[in-house]
Amino acid sequence: MSQPIKMKPRLVDKIEYWLPKVVMSPTVFLTMVFIYGFIIWTTVLSFTKSRILPVYDFVGFQQYVKLFLNDRWMLALKNLAIFGILFIVICLFVGLLLAILLDQKIRAEGFIRTVYLYPMALSFIVTGTVWKWLLNPTVGIERFVQSLGFESFSFDWLVNPDMAIYTIVIAGVWQSSGFVMALFLAGLRGVDNSIIKAAQIDGASMVTIYSRIIIPSLRPVFFSAIIMLAHIAIKSFDLIVALTGGGPGNSTDVPAIFMYQFSFTRSQMGVGAASAVVMLMGIIAILVPFLYSELRATKNV
Amino acid sequence: MKFSKSILGLAIAGAMSVSAVQAGEVEVLHWWTSGSEARSIAVLKQMVEAEGHTWKDFAVAGGAGENAYTVLRSRAVSGNPPASAQIKGLEIQEWGDLGFLANLDDVAAANHWDDVLPPVVAKVMKNDGHYVAAPVNVHRVNWLWANPEVFKKAGAKVPTSLDELWVAADKIKAAGYTAIAHGGQPWQDATTFESIVLAVGGSDFFDKVFVKLDQKALGSDTMKESFDQFRKVKQYIDAGSPGRDWNVATAMVIKGEAGMQFMGDWAKGEFTAANKAPGKDFICAAFPGTDGEFTFNIDSLAMFKQKNADNAEAQKVMAKLILSPKFQETFNLNKGSIPVRIDQDMSPFDSCAEASMKTFIATSKAGKGLEPSMAHGMSTTSTVQGAMYDVITEFFNSDMSSEDAVKKLTRSVKAAM
Amino acid sequence: MSSKPLADKRYAAITGRTIVYSVLIIVAIYYLVPLLLMVLTSFRSMNEIRLGQLIEWPKSFSTEAWSEAWSQAQIGARDEKGLRPYFINSILMVIPAVSISTILGALNGYILSFWRFRGSDAFFAILLFGCFLPFQAILLPMSQTLGWLGISGTLGGLIFVHVTYGIPFTTLFFRNYYVNIPGELIKAAKLDGAGFFTIFWRIILPVSIPIIVVSVIWQFTQIWNDFLFGVVFSDPDSQPVTVGLNNLVNSSTGEKRYNVDMAGAIIAALPTIVVYVVAGKYFVRGLTAGSVKG
Repeated sequence: MSQPIKMKPRLVDKIEYWLPKVVMSPTVFLTMVFIYGFIIWTTVLSFTKSRILPVYDFVGFQQYVKLFLNDRWMLALKNLAIFGILFIVICLFVGLLLAILLDQKIRAEGFIRTVYLYPMALSFIVTGTVWKWLLNPTVGIERFVQSLGFESFSFDWLVNPDMAIYTIVIAGVWQSSGFVMALFLAGLRGVDNSIIKAAQIDGASMVTIYSRIIIPSLRPVFFSAIIMLAHIAIKSFDLIVALTGGGPGNSTDVPAIFMYQFSFTRSQMGVGAASAVVMLMGIIAILVPFLYSELRATKNV
Repeated sequence: MKFSKSILGLAIAGAMSVSAVQAGEVEVLHWWTSGSEARSIAVLKQMVEAEGHTWKDFAVAGGAGENAYTVLRSRAVSGNPPASAQIKGLEIQEWGDLGFLANLDDVAAANHWDDVLPPVVAKVMKNDGHYVAAPVNVHRVNWLWANPEVFKKAGAKVPTSLDELWVAADKIKAAGYTAIAHGGQPWQDATTFESIVLAVGGSDFFDKVFVKLDQKALGSDTMKESFDQFRKVKQYIDAGSPGRDWNVATAMVIKGEAGMQFMGDWAKGEFTAANKAPGKDFICAAFPGTDGEFTFNIDSLAMFKQKNADNAEAQKVMAKLILSPKFQETFNLNKGSIPVRIDQDMSPFDSCAEASMKTFIATSKAGKGLEPSMAHGMSTTSTVQGAMYDVITEFFNSDMSSEDAVKKLTRSVKAAM
Repeated sequence: MSSKPLADKRYAAITGRTIVYSVLIIVAIYYLVPLLLMVLTSFRSMNEIRLGQLIEWPKSFSTEAWSEAWSQAQIGARDEKGLRPYFINSILMVIPAVSISTILGALNGYILSFWRFRGSDAFFAILLFGCFLPFQAILLPMSQTLGWLGISGTLGGLIFVHVTYGIPFTTLFFRNYYVNIPGELIKAAKLDGAGFFTIFWRIILPVSIPIIVVSVIWQFTQIWNDFLFGVVFSDPDSQPVTVGLNNLVNSSTGEKRYNVDMAGAIIAALPTIVVYVVAGKYFVRGLTAGSVKG
């Protein structure tokens, strides 16, 4: 175990030293080119006067000025904030609640769980149509409830410019909360039973056990869920296009729609690129501190 | 044995190379994907194939071509644009200016396009004086579709002016129907609005506002009046209108839930699909106050420069076929629009299409009253059109005053120019 | 507490469970209504819909819309009719794309957990940011790159794009899962002279089944349902089913056939629904065993 083997590990060590880096290198390359390279490209484009195709005539901050003078853009940012926060908070709440209820040794758990999960499987290209019917006051829920005899019942959020963004939250929660439920359910199954038993013996009520012990221990689940939900919220596009097309008026416009329209159908690629850059900076500003604190916290565990 | 085999081989190779020289492929990017539209474009495909070429069908639906536009840009950037794409209006000029489009002058000369196309249409198809696109149809946008049954029950008559329109609408509303079936999407709001502008200001004013983008006209009292009239529409639509698809609105008229709809002639397809006959079960009339005027929406296929000579040849054959009376007839019978050729035999068409053709030719000859539709991207760049959409739809869906709307419109059009 | 009569306690337990079940069932109905509406509409005839209401119990029953959507509908001017050719493209695309991105994610997660090098943590953070990139912003540079690579408009190109933008997610899954595996296990194996791939193959992979399920489900759903990449980076021969569905249901100035639309939507969603039904159990188990352990 001494002399002869000593030579060998050197070569092996060398390979062992380089192998992980070699295996990792395609990912590093793809990330640098296709994520960061393209971000730089978009940034460059935002300083040009590109219209229907990229051109490299630089115009300084002109596109940014145009962007921020556009009422629609400001509204889109506001809508993203409203939608994003409500969507994430409600999904977390509904997901956690359903997971806790499902964790009570429920019969037919598998069936119910599938029911909660299936909306993730459907594309909004068509479920949008169905939601449009349901939420429309003249054909959907409002009419149905009224036909049951509740004449004064009113549910016209979809067609009300002030409320339409909230109906998008409803459909969004419908689609994504099942996934969050699955995450939390998994988290609950992973909680150490002996701690709960001990607490029960100490006379703690179920509410206390959940709020003091179980839910705080789900911190990593919250982290994963928030990342997934934020990703969905920021990129939400199909959902809104299918449900309201950004209307009534422009009341449900969001940055992703704005960016797509200006870049590709309105021949204002420079403005579109500028909006992408602003969006990315916003994401960095919000996410980096969050990721940093969370990653640090999990490392310490 | 060996010898004859190789001769046979040579013969086959010869035959193949001959056919390879002749047969090209046209890749056509379009968004006519479903129902009557798909049937219409399939006719062109069959004709192209009958000439020995192959058709590669590149269908991308969504929005008013929003997705197709994105795909087109992507393909252009990757250095491989399709042979032909369904783009229209000033978009054709933009692609032409970038040097992407093929010159069709020889096809046009051989087939006398200059003689059979009205100058207005020809102008849209040309970039820098050269033909670069072929028109497939002409839609009239300023139509009113009415359910005579509802009008009769309400004691109203089909309006011919804006004043009459509001009188009729009041009566229909009082009789318990939705007076105006409206789909609250930006392009539908804009479609209604531009017809009102035409009714209020006439075609010269329409031209100043939507084609020349005249700042004074945009800020004028006539424009304010148009917005005032547009606001009135809101009293007569139902609560479910925002976001409604146009054909759902048409269905309301068909079923007799609503009295009328303002929509281009593609709405006719819905009536005919429900086995309704023009003049009897439904009425097509010019938008109130725009009789004898014609806002057009022309669909066209622009031709992109091809690297492969055979494909370029096939592309020219297709351009020729698009203008052929046979294709024009079949396509437009399916789609509800009218042919682009002024010498077209109109006998197979229905009364609405005939009326449309009559107005089209009359306005074209008079050089007055034939205007490009703003709502359908014929009059301005997509940038300006988008800016107008934003103001119009915001006005219609909020309590913005007409003064503010006019100011905002003027400002955003200027910014978008 | 213990002084409470037993009957009371049982009564409370029963009411408690009644409430739990009621809530679960009511929520389940809320989740099912849109699907139910889609199924019902798909069995109605178009005439019935046009002359009746959009939301209504079917008066007639017909499976015509289903065969129409699958293999009869003329979409554009294609030779092949219906959603079938698109559906096949999607299958050809989703299998390699999911496999490759999952394998790469597993290797990345493995390295980032057990073979850390200088800057590997920073790289993980940098990679995570990729999850939030709005894809609308990268369509054109990607088209250009695919053009240079000569795979623009091909299934290969689509797979490449999906793999590239799927890696951040799969890496996140695997890294968070592996972080909870005791490092001593790996150290011991290293001391025994086991190499990089041996450890991965013999020790890591066998315990990775749950997280592989999670990663596959997530990637499968994302890629199968993707529309944006599918529409922009495909050509007529490689369009996936979401594009086919979009072409089927969207018409700018043509008629709308809601029954066919709904049947088409269900057909397009079937593979993902099947995945959720079949793998749903393993999904929760996978998550339990994996990323979310405190």
